[in-house]
Formats: sequence, C-alpha cells, structure tokens
Amino acid sequence: MLSIKNLHARVEDKEILKGLNLEVKAGEVHAIMGPNGAGKSSLASVLAGRENYEVTEGSVTLDGKDILEMAPEERAREGVFLAFQYPIEIPGVSNINFLKTALNEIRTHRGLDPMTAKEFLQKSKEKQALVEFDAKLVNRSLNEGFSGGEKKRNEIFQLAMLEPKLAILDETDSGLDIDALRIVSRGVNKLRSENNAFILITHYQRLLDYIVPDYVHVLSDGKIVKTGGKELALELEEKGYDWLK
Amino acid sequence: MTTKQLESPLYESLQAQFEIVSLQDQHEATKAYRAQAMETFRALGFPSIKNEEWRFANVLPLVKTTYEVSADKNAQISEDALAQAKALIAAHKEDILPKLKGEEKGAYRLVTINGVFSKELSFLPDNAGITISTIGEAVDHPGYQEYFGKIVTLENNAFASLNSAMFTDGLFIELKANTVLDMPIHIIKVKLASGNALFQPRNLFIVRKNAQMDVIETYISDADNEAAILINGVSEIALEENAHFFHYDIQKGCKNIRKIQRNEAVQQKHSNYSNYTFTFPGSSFTRNNLTIHLNDEAIESHLYGLYLTAGEQLVDNHTEVHHKKPNGESNQLYKGIIMDKSKAVFNGKIYVYEDAQKTNAFQQSNNVLFGEQAMVHAKPQLEIFADDVKCSHGTTIGQLNKEAIFYLKSRGIGEEQAKQLMVKAFAFDVAEKIKIPALRSYVEEMITEEMKGH
Ligand SMILES: Nc1ncnc2c1ncn2[C@@H]1O[C@H](COP(=O)(O)OP(=O)(O)OP(=O)(O)O)[C@@H](O)[C@H]1O
Ligand SMILES: [Mg+2]
Repeated sequence: MLSIKNLHARVEDKEILKGLNLEVKAGEVHAIMGPNGAGKSSLASVLAGRENYEVTEGSVTLDGKDILEMAPEERAREGVFLAFQYPIEIPGVSNINFLKTALNEIRTHRGLDPMTAKEFLQKSKEKQALVEFDAKLVNRSLNEGFSGGEKKRNEIFQLAMLEPKLAILDETDSGLDIDALRIVSRGVNKLRSENNAFILITHYQRLLDYIVPDYVHVLSDGKIVKTGGKELALELEEKGYDWLK
Repeated sequence: MTTKQLESPLYESLQAQFEIVSLQDQHEATKAYRAQAMETFRALGFPSIKNEEWRFANVLPLVKTTYEVSADKNAQISEDALAQAKALIAAHKEDILPKLKGEEKGAYRLVTINGVFSKELSFLPDNAGITISTIGEAVDHPGYQEYFGKIVTLENNAFASLNSAMFTDGLFIELKANTVLDMPIHIIKVKLASGNALFQPRNLFIVRKNAQMDVIETYISDADNEAAILINGVSEIALEENAHFFHYDIQKGCKNIRKIQRNEAVQQKHSNYSNYTFTFPGSSFTRNNLTIHLNDEAIESHLYGLYLTAGEQLVDNHTEVHHKKPNGESNQLYKGIIMDKSKAVFNGKIYVYEDAQKTNAFQQSNNVLFGEQAMVHAKPQLEIFADDVKCSHGTTIGQLNKEAIFYLKSRGIGEEQAKQLMVKAFAFDVAEKIKIPALRSYVEEMITEEMKGH
C-alpha cells in the first residue's frame, strides 16, 4: 500500500529525514518508536504534505500513486489520514460542519454522492459510540477548549468518520488516561481491516499491548535503524535506544 | 484655500446649485440652517489627504468628477424608473434576505428611488405609534423641530456640512413612546442614474422613551451602470430614555457607487443603540463616520463592524464614542478581511469626559490580510479625562493561521474552502451579534459568496 524509498527531507536547511525506507501492506499495523527529535513527526508531516518540509530525494507512493506531487487535501482524499500529535484549536469552525465538509469532499473524490443530513447524523452517532466521543464535543468549535485527551479522541473520531486507507497516529496515546487509551485502542482495532493500514508513532509499548503491531521500527536520526516484531518494543522499553546507535 | 483643501470644479458647481436648493426651501429654520452649513462647507472645502482625518481616504478622484446634482425637491418617479426599480428590487430580494422578503412577513419594506419615497413598492407598518415620511414633509413635526440639525456635528466635517446645506431627500422616522415594532423595517434605497449623479440623503430617526425598533438599510443600483454615483449621506439618530435601536447598514454597492456616510446618535439614560456596519465588495469608495454621544448615565452603545473588501476598493471606518456621563458602556468590535489590492482603514476614537466615571469602553479591531497587495491602517485613539474608568483597546493585523489551514486540508478540504471556513470563523463573533436570524445567514452566505475565487 505505502512504499517509502530512500526518503530525504529537510526543513529550513536542516536535514531531518536521511534516507528512510518503509513498506506497509494493506491490513498491517506498523509501530514506529524512537528518541525525541529523531524525525517521527517529521515523517508524518511529510506524508501528510506539510508545506515547510522539502523532500530532496526519494519517493513515496500510495497504491502506486506518487503522493509527494499531491496537495495535502488530495492526499487526504486518496486516503491518507494523520492524527496529529498536537491537534490545533480552530475557534468558530464547528466540529461537525467541518467533518461533514471533509467527508463529502472525500466522497465526491471517490465518485460517491454527498451524504444527506440524515445519513451523516446516523454515521456520526455510530462512530461517536465506537470511540465513546462525547456528543457535546461534537457540536463545539473544532478542538476549542478541549482537554488534551479530548483532542486526541477527536482525532480518532475523525479517523472513524473518514475511514482512510492509511492512518498515521502520531503519539495519540500520549495524554490519554488509562480508560481513554483502552477505548481508543478498541476503536482502532474495530476499524482495522484487510483494506487499510496503520502507522502508530509512540513512545510507550503499553499502547502496543492493546493494538498489536505486525512490525516495530526504530527511527533514529532520520532513518529506520531497526525493525522487528512486537517483542522489539519490550526490548526497547528495557534497554532504551543507546544500544542501537 | 490651504493645502488641506482640494480645488475642484465640483466645488464651484455646488456653489451655484446651493442657490437653487436654498430658493426652493420654504421652511425658514431649515433655510437658515442650510445657509450656515454652506458657510461651514465653504470654509472647510473638500479635505485633502493632508487632513489627518482623511489621510488614507483620498477624495480627489471623487470630487474631480462633475455630477448632476439632484436639486429638484419635488422630483417624481418616472414610469421607467419605477419599472427598473421593480426589476432591481425583485433581483435584490432573490439575492438578499431570502427570508426577509417584506412580503407581509419577516420585515416591513420602505423603498426610495433616487431618494424619492415609493409608496407603491413599500410595505409599511400599520401602527399608530410610528411616523414615516420624507424629511421634507416632516418640517412641522415636533420631532423634526426638536432634533433636526441638532445632532450632527458640522465643525470639521466638510461632507456633513455639504449634506446639511444641500440635501433634497431623506426619511423621517419617529417611533412614539412605548412602541415596539414587531418586525424590522428594511429600507431599500434604489439609485438609478443615466449620468454622473450626486445624492445627499438626510435622515432623522427618533426613538422615543421605551420604544424599540430594528432598521436594516441596503442600497442597490444598476450593475451595468457606468455613471459615477456619489452618495453623501447623513443620518441623525436620537434615542430617548430606555429606547432601543438596532441599526443595520449593509453596504454592498456596485463599483460605480462611492459613498460617504455620517451616522451620528445622541442617547439618553438606559438607552441602547447598536449599530452594525457591514461592508462587502462592490462600491469603490466607502467612508463611514459613526459618532455616538452618551449624553446621560447608564447608556449602552454597541458598534459592530465587518468589512470584507476586494478589488481596488477602499473602505474607511471612523468611529467616535463620547462618554459624557457616569456608568456608560460602549463596545466596539470591528473585523476586516482585506483581499486583492483593496485597502481598509479603521480609526476609533473614544473620549471619556471628566464626569464620566465608571465608564466601560471597549474597542477591538482585528484584520486579516488576504492578498499580497492588500493594506490596512488601524488606529485606536483614546482620550480619557476621568480617573475611574475601564478602557481597553486592541488592534491586530495578520494572516490566516497557516497551521489551521493545513489541518483542514489534511482532512480533504480544498484550499479555497478551508480559507472560507477560516474567514467565517474569524467573522463569527461579529456575525453572531446580528439579532435577526435571516439577516445573519444572509451575511454568512455573502461571506462565502464573496470569498469565492480568492
Ligand atoms: N520548523 C522546524 N525548523 C527547524 N527544525 C525543526 C522544525 N520542525 C522540526 N524540526 C526539528 O526536526 C527534528 C525532528 O523533529 P520531530 O518533531 O520530527 O521529532 P520526533 O521524532 O517526532 O520527536 P518527539 O518524540 O519529541 O515527538 C527535531 O530536531 C526538531 O527540532
Ligand atoms: Mg513527534
């Protein structure tokens, strides 16, 4: 599904990704771990199309399509979804209107009719229940005044609504209380299918107890330096990252 | 003339026109007022950009044009004009206020064509508590005698002086004590002209004790018209004790319209005047002067402004709030979205007089630049002579938040629509102050509409 080859990227003259390779197949869950500042969020940003990152070498394809050429909204319509490490607050933009607009843009792109108000409401209710997202929050301004955990849950609610092919969760587990972590994980597990894939960026192997990954990668200094199964996460928990340098 | 004044052929032709207007006026007091105002205008002349108050609003192109001055007080509406006005209003109704059609529901409608009141196209309240007439017909009305010419400040106001000297049309609306109008009055001003024309409407609104009304003003002209139309309007507004007046001025004119408007209000105890001046793309030159006198204790004044500008438009808002007595509260919130090569100006003055203890005066001007060549000049000016007051002001000029736009795009929303959402969000706190739901959705739709392609 996703194929990243020799990816080099920089931000403001600083090289951050230094030849990164990653293959993700449909139905798989990949975890990416690594020290602070290694470039994990940068990788997520490059995949989502954040403007200040400049790709200097390498390629990224999604089901054979070069996504680096696409604007962020086109990537989203093609099925890329990034759950942000720090979701932004946008006062005045209603959460639900925003989601409806987004969903219909994506549907249009896939050649589907826009959802009726009723269908949308139905779907929204269903997904709210799935991730136990408070109905009151759905009707508020986008993330405005949300607690850290509520923002993260909103990201997962959006993910559930938009049903992307490839979801990248950037430290969605940080800031979640134990119950929320369980709920969010359960939600993600229900959303898993043979047709989609997940990349989980995390510092804690605890998340991986709930969402069991097929692969664990260590990203350090802009490259994947080690890849293993889920037992690698436990090893990292014990030994840290120094032994890999 | 000093360099603060402009020389213009218009100035000369106005002198001559004044004689005619003055001769036609049969009302002695008004005639004397006109003469005095003309004196003031002569002394002031048209302001140049060296005049501090007009620094960013160059009126030279406006006064270089010669206009046909509508000096005929007894002008009638021709059959043709009526037919054309009907067509324009029909289109206007489709376009504006779909729910405020004035069709015996939603709003009353008061139509003027080139300043002449059209009974046929209007739908007026059947309420003994309200008087609606032309300003010319109102001269013997006690309200006219009490307030006309006594509210607007002519000193240092060349355009207001000119209007006072030469107005030939306008409306007089008085709401008697304890009258509460059940629906807003929508005033539609139709401007038709085959050649360049100068209109100087003069309105007087009086809201007596415990009375309440909502007025929406809009104006329309023929979009294909090439003729330059200059509107130099003045409205005097009086609110007596505990009166409430919600005054909406929705400005969306065609390119050929240039507009200079002065609204000046006097308020008595416990009254609430709320002004909403919303300007949209269209008119090439708009200058709004809004001045409020809080002449008594415990008064509330709200000044809400929204300007969405495009093309090479200039929109200049000057406000003045005079807190003269204790316990007054004024609240100014002006928001601007400046696109293309347009220019916006906000100048907000707050005066707190020595007696005006416990005043609460708030002013906020937020601007978003939406084009490389868009410009904004925003300046608060506070003069405070009382010691126990709460005053705050803030000015921001910025771009749309790039992170927020990225967030919206990352969910599949296109650039243009993301920006629209952001602009609506930016304008939200002003738009939500509109008390008439249909008008609010109209304003929101207009924002979306006008943002298209930007
Ligand atoms: N706009 C920027 N300008 C300069 N440096 C940047 C910019 N954005 C990111 N960086 C740098 O890039 C490096 C990688 O940052 P990134 O956020 O990708 O790390 P991370 O692996 O996600 O770390 P963490 O675990 O702390 O979230 C860091 O050294 C960071 O300071
Ligand atoms: Mg990070």
